[in-house]
Amino acid sequence: MLERLTPFLWLLFSAGGTVAALLFPAHLFLTGLAFPLGWLEPPSHEALLTLLRHPVTRLYLLALISLPLFHGAHRFRYTLYDGLQLKHLTVLIAVLCYGTALAGTALAAHTLWSIPG
Amino acid sequence: MSADARYTPYHPRWHRHRVSVWWWLKKGSYTVFVLRELTSVAVAFFAVVALGLVQTVAAGPEAYQQFLARLGTPLILCLNAIAFAFVLFHAITWFNLAPKAMVVRVGGKRVPDAIVAGSNYGAWLVLSGAVAYFLLRG
Repeated sequence: MLERLTPFLWLLFSAGGTVAALLFPAHLFLTGLAFPLGWLEPPSHEALLTLLRHPVTRLYLLALISLPLFHGAHRFRYTLYDGLQLKHLTVLIAVLCYGTALAGTALAAHTLWSIPG
Repeated sequence: MSADARYTPYHPRWHRHRVSVWWWLKKGSYTVFVLRELTSVAVAFFAVVALGLVQTVAAGPEAYQQFLARLGTPLILCLNAIAFAFVLFHAITWFNLAPKAMVVRVGGKRVPDAIVAGSNYGAWLVLSGAVAYFLLRG
């Protein structure tokens, strides 16, 4: 089962890695540092809600959250194998890593699609 | 190893040298490799922060303000600063590996690595500008 999924998981890894590389630095710099430190003014709730009502924004945010979660899960899985030598726990680690990514994706999809249009 | 002699695709090796869990601290390039692999934690962390932002914006103005206040607490600020360093490291190593991961050919000739990596950096710049535009226009 895991072997059959592996090519698909590598595809998600590479899509998520590209999304994270291209978009995370800007998002993280603004949301995590520039807004809370007062360097830049955070957008108003109204402005963000207006953005969120657009279907393209919802699809963008679903990709922005979900694909990097799968990228992280895949890479972290192999970090545990090599770094901590946990090869004997393959199935447990895979279930925990991809399960977390799947749960995050489901939560993001649910939240994004329940916003009134 | 168990005494169970089932078929495995690889020949079992009965004698193995024990390798320390800290093998990756013995050489600079190994350490860089493991640090690069650990960027996965920072990437997952920020995906969760982004999910939190979406959820609180959907929940209403008070929840959003609370979320902004929580982002300003010292612990979350520190975590975000560390995550930012790791995410930058991920982006740079990812773009530099792109020409090796994907060989682009135009007219039978291989596009030089510098151009493939350069176009990734260009896309990074343009998309970062677009993100800033949408979040800062008021």
